[in-house]
Amino acid sequence: MRRPMNTENATATQNLSRDGSGPLLEVSDLRVYYGQSLIVKDLSFKIFPGQAVCLLGRNGMGKTTTLKALMGLLKDCTGKIAFEGRPINHYPPNWRARAGIGYVPQGREIFPRLTVEENLLVGLEAAPNKERIIPEFIYDLFPILRSFLKRLGGDLSGGQQQQLAIARALVAEPKLLLLDEPTEGIQPSIIIEIEEAITRIQKERGVSVLLVEQYFEFAQSLADYFYLMENGSLIMEGPTDQMDEEKVRAHLSI
Amino acid sequence: MTLLLDSLFNGISIGTVLLIAALGLAIVFGLMGVINMAHGELMMLGAYTTFVVQNAFRPLGDPWRDLYIFPALVAAFAVTALVGLALERGVIRFLYGRPLETLLATWGVSLILQQFVRSVNWVLALRLGAFAVLFFGGWWLLSRRADWPRLKGWVLTLLLLLSTAIAAVGGRVLAQTYALAVTQPWFGAQNKDVTAPRWLGGGIPVGNLFLPNTRLFIIALTILCILGLYFFLQRTRWGLRIRAVTQNRAMSACVGIPTQKVDALTFAIGSGLAGVAGVAVSLLGSVGPNTGQNYIVDTFMVVVVGGVGKLLGSIVAALGIGIANFVIGSGTLALIFPNVPILTDTLNFFATTSMAKVMVFALIVAFLQVRPRGLFPEKGRTVDA
Repeated sequence: MRRPMNTENATATQNLSRDGSGPLLEVSDLRVYYGQSLIVKDLSFKIFPGQAVCLLGRNGMGKTTTLKALMGLLKDCTGKIAFEGRPINHYPPNWRARAGIGYVPQGREIFPRLTVEENLLVGLEAAPNKERIIPEFIYDLFPILRSFLKRLGGDLSGGQQQQLAIARALVAEPKLLLLDEPTEGIQPSIIIEIEEAITRIQKERGVSVLLVEQYFEFAQSLADYFYLMENGSLIMEGPTDQMDEEKVRAHLSI
Repeated sequence: MTLLLDSLFNGISIGTVLLIAALGLAIVFGLMGVINMAHGELMMLGAYTTFVVQNAFRPLGDPWRDLYIFPALVAAFAVTALVGLALERGVIRFLYGRPLETLLATWGVSLILQQFVRSVNWVLALRLGAFAVLFFGGWWLLSRRADWPRLKGWVLTLLLLLSTAIAAVGGRVLAQTYALAVTQPWFGAQNKDVTAPRWLGGGIPVGNLFLPNTRLFIIALTILCILGLYFFLQRTRWGLRIRAVTQNRAMSACVGIPTQKVDALTFAIGSGLAGVAGVAVSLLGSVGPNTGQNYIVDTFMVVVVGGVGKLLGSIVAALGIGIANFVIGSGTLALIFPNVPILTDTLNFFATTSMAKVMVFALIVAFLQVRPRGLFPEKGRTVDA
């Protein structure tokens, strides 16, 4: 019998560290505004080192806004964002990238008029002291990229662009990877490849992952822990293997 | 045949002047999207720098006085790049994404720069220097205090008033003590003449054609600038950063590129190229406070016709406009149709420098109706990606 989830009380279960180490990312009472309207309401959650966490929710619930706030792209936010125990609220996006947060935005946003190789080299900017060589494990994860190195990023297909966007975030070997709907508009065979790649970097390289998703199966098979978001607040959380599938699905369907 | 070659060479030499003037703008406007109305004045500053360097080299005697042009190129680039840097840090960075305000603000800057070269003298220069040292020095010293954020507003107001007062009073005392020696304008409102080095004086005769050395020098300089710029953008790390930021600013920040530094550097390089163009322009005619005004419209034309964001487009557009300008202005077209009187008359009507310009602008307007995004617009997936 699975533990029943309590919709009314969001703290029925808690995301706890497995080995006693502190959280890699800790968000407390995050509020994000767009102009006058409050989009994200007092959000608090944690991600531990090596953990894959999924933020589930329908369209327009504030998931992407949350990620943008974590990356420093939105100015109007209050609350505390701590990375490795250190508040990072007041640092710009480029500082956060160099601190070890890799970001794969919704819509991929690869640089269309740079070649695939240049896109990857730009990804290395987040590791300014590293040698300017694209590490081999990237081609290991996404073999297709090697044959495309000299092509323009804008000429790739959607799925290839998504793989490139993930690779670009990974070349600098971040500690935390933020993924915004990596399955959106992508054919199933490539979704499987992406899923394998994300699992591998989490398991083999110990990278923590924060996945924003509304595609249930993908989230379920990737994440260790999930948070369910509705209208800017969390309404449910728990380990993915104890997820009450029907309730979560009810919140995801329109 | 000679006719063709003649038109070609003259057209290209007009075109290269346009091109070298537009090259900096191709970066500032084409890549960064900043409408910099002060671009012409940056050229003017480059031309004045040439004048200063020439005068500094004159007393050095014979082998040196004709070589002033090379240090002048370096100095002009450095001076205008620094002015551009100050302009970006001081004004433009607050106006990114607001083209109307940028246009007005940079136009104001262009007027200030024009008046500055007219009225600058030792008193003004020392006042400005004293003010900058006092104000920014004080700011820098005090900003290291722990309670700076709380004090900021008051302290900056106080500093502003104090440094202005000290600079004003100091300048006045100086002006009264030394009188004319320090109040004489450096340049004044009159135009100044830069004399081209003697080795640029002659020319190379090719058949019936005479290729003046100054024109050849400008063509060579333009080619060198284009190659240098291409190499910098395509092969260096900062070039890659610049290309990334111009394509997607937010994402560039998210991969760790210091976008503010990139903006400042890009603008400084564009401005520096304007300075180099100023050196070239100073070889063609006298240098005055309004020198830049003669070029600003043409340079924007070149960038727009070429397709914003495309260096190659600017190159082709500059040469095309240059050749069209010469062919129409010299009445060469009329010679091709000697038997059609109406056509010859019309073409002869436009065969003056100013009327040729009218004709070229009309052609550009017509061209932009057909291809509103210029010669080389962005194509395919990259547009919406």
